[in-house]
Amino acid sequence: MKTLTKLSAIALVGAVALSGGAALAQEKIKIGVSYPTPTHAWASGMNWHAEKAEERLEALYPDVDLILVNSPDPGAQASALEDLVSVHQIDALVVLPFESEPLTDPVLNVKKSGALITVVDRGLSQPGIEDIYVAGNNPELGRVSAQYMKTRLSEGDNIVVLRGIPTLIDNERFDAFMAEMEGSGVNVLDHKHANWNRDDGFEVMQDFLSRFPDIDAVWAQDDDIAIGVVAALKQAGRDGDGMFVVGGAGMKEIIKSIMDGDELIPVDVLYPPAMIATAMDVTVQAFKSNGPVAGRYILGATLITPENAASFYFPDSPF
Amino acid sequence: MSEVTTNSELKGRSMQFDIKTAGPAIALLVLCVIGFLLNPAFLSEGNLTNLLTRSAFIGIIAIGATFVITAGGIDLSVGSMAAAIAGVMIIIMNSAVDAFGTGVATVLLGCGCSVILGFGAGLINGVLTTKGKIEAFIVTLGTMGIYRSLVTYFADGGTLSLNFDLRGTYRPVYYDSFLGLPIPVWAFIIVSVAGWFLLNRTAFGRYCTAIGSNEAVAKYSAIKVDRVKTLTYVIQGVCVSVATIIYVPRLGSASSTTGVLWELEAIAAVIIGGTVLKGGYGRIGGTILGALILTTIGNILNFTDMISNYLNGTMQGLIIIVAVMLQRASWGKSKIRTT
Repeated sequence: MKTLTKLSAIALVGAVALSGGAALAQEKIKIGVSYPTPTHAWASGMNWHAEKAEERLEALYPDVDLILVNSPDPGAQASALEDLVSVHQIDALVVLPFESEPLTDPVLNVKKSGALITVVDRGLSQPGIEDIYVAGNNPELGRVSAQYMKTRLSEGDNIVVLRGIPTLIDNERFDAFMAEMEGSGVNVLDHKHANWNRDDGFEVMQDFLSRFPDIDAVWAQDDDIAIGVVAALKQAGRDGDGMFVVGGAGMKEIIKSIMDGDELIPVDVLYPPAMIATAMDVTVQAFKSNGPVAGRYILGATLITPENAASFYFPDSPF
Repeated sequence: MSEVTTNSELKGRSMQFDIKTAGPAIALLVLCVIGFLLNPAFLSEGNLTNLLTRSAFIGIIAIGATFVITAGGIDLSVGSMAAAIAGVMIIIMNSAVDAFGTGVATVLLGCGCSVILGFGAGLINGVLTTKGKIEAFIVTLGTMGIYRSLVTYFADGGTLSLNFDLRGTYRPVYYDSFLGLPIPVWAFIIVSVAGWFLLNRTAFGRYCTAIGSNEAVAKYSAIKVDRVKTLTYVIQGVCVSVATIIYVPRLGSASSTTGVLWELEAIAAVIIGGTVLKGGYGRIGGTILGALILTTIGNILNFTDMISNYLNGTMQGLIIIVAVMLQRASWGKSKIRTT
């Protein structure tokens, strides 16, 4: 159904463009948006936000044409970038690279064609290629989580940490968290990788619960892990006594339960898939605004509380 | 047990057979001792229950894999199949809420569909292998990719979640106990006993072994090779569906990360248990121990911070190799040569 409406929308746009005449079509500002095919919840949230931003921006600026392309692997993304230049002759590119190394050259080639380059989230391996950089803030996510932990806990309290997949992102979050916790007197009993998924979160937390009789709070770093952790806490009957879990990212289910005043997951720390929309906005402004837009945009890792949760809640998004 | 004691009464050459069969049991025992020494809480009732319940998924799937591997095949699609079945189950149950309410009827409908799907998926693997004359490795590599991308498609790239009220009805299937044992453990026990009986006490079991050791000879012996081989994949599919039925109530969700690498864990469990990868010899009891060993390794690694998190895979790999070496290495033979 969804694809059908999309197809008819494309047909409609095509018809309008045709009736408008070739001259008008050529004046359109073409912006290519390239990102990995969504295979997990966060990425499909990003896909949803990209489509929303496309609709909104094209309605706002009839002379702007956004072309969304997703690719299943780095090689396909490199080819997609070539097509965007040769077939669509884009004026600007918004790209979330699959991997930094293999996509640095392809993006550089797009730049050589004269297009404006916006890189999202994952930086390229060479500096200076992108005109605009939009990203979440991984160290800040760790730091904000730790700051919240410190407001709720006192000296001698015990926490456990569940980490993601062993990667640079995970290290940045974890190191910043530990640095902020230092000197607080709160004991970090142990930290294990739960690979950003619910099943591992459940199992690692079960083992932490068997191993440590006294845990006061859990830093799960990620919302999927947090859901597994909560299931394990409930199974062991240790979800009371002020126990709380801090996740991260901004999954809609978690934000909903924060809005409803859940005490087990009282807050969340934002690492939003909607950053692609920010990047698209900024890129369009490069053609529309009278103000300069080039530069680095590092989004805040906002602490989501019951008070501000509503503005981060997108019930229609898959994430 | 009686088999072991009668064997140990005999002397000499039967000793090597004894070490071979006891290999997985010894490995599991050593792991448990290590776990206990690291942290006495390892042997606490809560942890042992967690361990057994967790092994149930891989264990049940591995019982099915024992049949496939014994008959000389291989099934790489089980993890993706579990994810796809879990996804479809959740969609069916969610959409049945309007018609049947959030009671037991809807859950039973979901479970029924799960078994049908497992049966069908197994049949597809089996028929493509036997009638399609494609190597099992390629067939199941193909279906692995298909099932995995289907669940991603159904979930729109995200996560499929079970209706909240329905989760309340279904939840006990994972979390409740019967006679002191969690229900998933009972499911594991029932599937194990049925599997043992089928492999060791029926003509079908002997056919599997015969086909695995020499397919051509089995064919000349008037065994319906294609039918038996197809059936092993069907058994595998049904085992996957049973594992899925007890998996879904745990977290009430399915996504593209569900069941990732379960196929390799199941195959590892089967081989650790003493079944031969190229077929012709299968042991259900060993498979059960293999599944327990794999789960215990993960559990112990969570119980200690002595080993760097980054080396978890190394520890798992080492233990798997050592466990298989315990039963394969030719120390028995060299003894005979020297005497």
